[in-house]
Amino acid sequence: MTSASVSNTGAGAATPGRLPFSTWMRIYLRLFAVQGAWNYESLLGNGIAFCMEPALRLLPGGRGGQQYARALARHARYFNAHPYFAGFAVGAFARAELDGVPPDLIERFRTALGGPLGSVGDRLVWASWLPLCSLVALTAFGLDARPLSVVAIFLVLYNFGHLSLRAWGLRVGFEKGLRVADALGNPLLRRGPQYVGAVAAVLAGIAIPLAADRVIGAGRATAAEVTVIAIVGGVLLSRFGERAEGWRLALAILALFVIYSVVG
Amino acid sequence: MILIDVLPIALLGALLGLDVVTFPQAMISRPIVAATAAGAFIGHPVAGLTIGGILELMALGMLPFGASKYPEWGSASVVGGALYASQMGDPPGALAVSVLAGLVTAVASGWSMVRLRRLIASRAATERAALDAGSSSAIIGLQLFGLTADFVRGGAVTFIAMLLFRPAVGAVVARWTSDATFSRAVVVTVGAAVAAGAIWKIFHSVPLARLLFLGGLVAGVTLLVMR
Repeated sequence: MTSASVSNTGAGAATPGRLPFSTWMRIYLRLFAVQGAWNYESLLGNGIAFCMEPALRLLPGGRGGQQYARALARHARYFNAHPYFAGFAVGAFARAELDGVPPDLIERFRTALGGPLGSVGDRLVWASWLPLCSLVALTAFGLDARPLSVVAIFLVLYNFGHLSLRAWGLRVGFEKGLRVADALGNPLLRRGPQYVGAVAAVLAGIAIPLAADRVIGAGRATAAEVTVIAIVGGVLLSRFGERAEGWRLALAILALFVIYSVVG
Repeated sequence: MILIDVLPIALLGALLGLDVVTFPQAMISRPIVAATAAGAFIGHPVAGLTIGGILELMALGMLPFGASKYPEWGSASVVGGALYASQMGDPPGALAVSVLAGLVTAVASGWSMVRLRRLIASRAATERAALDAGSSSAIIGLQLFGLTADFVRGGAVTFIAMLLFRPAVGAVVARWTSDATFSRAVVVTVGAAVAAGAIWKIFHSVPLARLLFLGGLVAGVTLLVMR
């Protein structure tokens, strides 16, 4: 990972014109705890300031200086983004502060950036990458992989995307500064969810019968029956849409089944 | 079960509960990982993986968007995995009741996350003046407070759930009357139906999604027959 360049003339850092590698690493590591103080008032706000703090030490006056304190206060306020996409914001805000961008422009930039970073991240990570990696792991489980293999397949695959995205976001955010929104037009971010969705749909078809067979362990006929009933149940669940969350129904059905099996 | 047996499981639940939102969100809290880890802790990783697979199917549709409220699967999967793995010989009903205990824990743990977020907000309100002044110690302090409180939350949820459910699971399994295979089939059918519904909800806008799913299903059934 390379340190990004910065055109700031006022950054009184050890290495003029560049964000020192140690600062970059501090910010990157802090990004993993960006949601540490997540709450319903400021959402990600405090976490953004927490992550930016190492970069703000490079402002004239250094740690504890007036510019440092004002910038920290500005970024500790309400902000929302997908946590893995927070790096884009942190990098871009740090660049803007170090470049001496006027505070009112930074405020407007903060307001404009939150929404896209949330929606793109939700679509790419929570609604695409995570389900895909789960389905890969479930397929491996259905193919009788050992526990360690299943866990390793899931964690390595998922975190390859996770760690890369955080690092890329921070780098691009710092490089682009106020133009970071351009990066959200990247084909990977725009079309990625569709491609991932296509692969996930195929994998779901493979994983369900195989996983059912492994859990039941009573032969193919039972697994086939379970698969057919599950598909019918899944179709019904999707028809009920927002009114029926799957896990709630699962909880109710299993509670009834346990009562039946104990009392019956 | 004596308290000292529950403490290591509670510690695991605290660590994996922390991963859900606060740190590091590497998805070590996903059921297929967390339940397997709990099973391995007890000495039966395969049992942990089995219940983890079912809980993972059920968790597929849970997308942690923004400020939405959702079940917390990390600590819950540790509870489910530990309960199932500790049932020697896999008696009938052990899987069903362990999955149920895991689900109940997930709901309770999700509720505790909401309370925690409110607690952090009230702590932030008391520190408002320092935060508005750009005090780095206030900002870092609030972050550390949230991380520590979430760790304690996950541990407490796991600890209480284990104390409540361990004897309950034993009692239910002792009175279980349904056939073992049928019981497992019911559990996995429910999990698979939830997964199928979730997959459809998430990916229905993908072009040819229905065909792709059916193609995968044919491949899956073929693999099953060829085994």
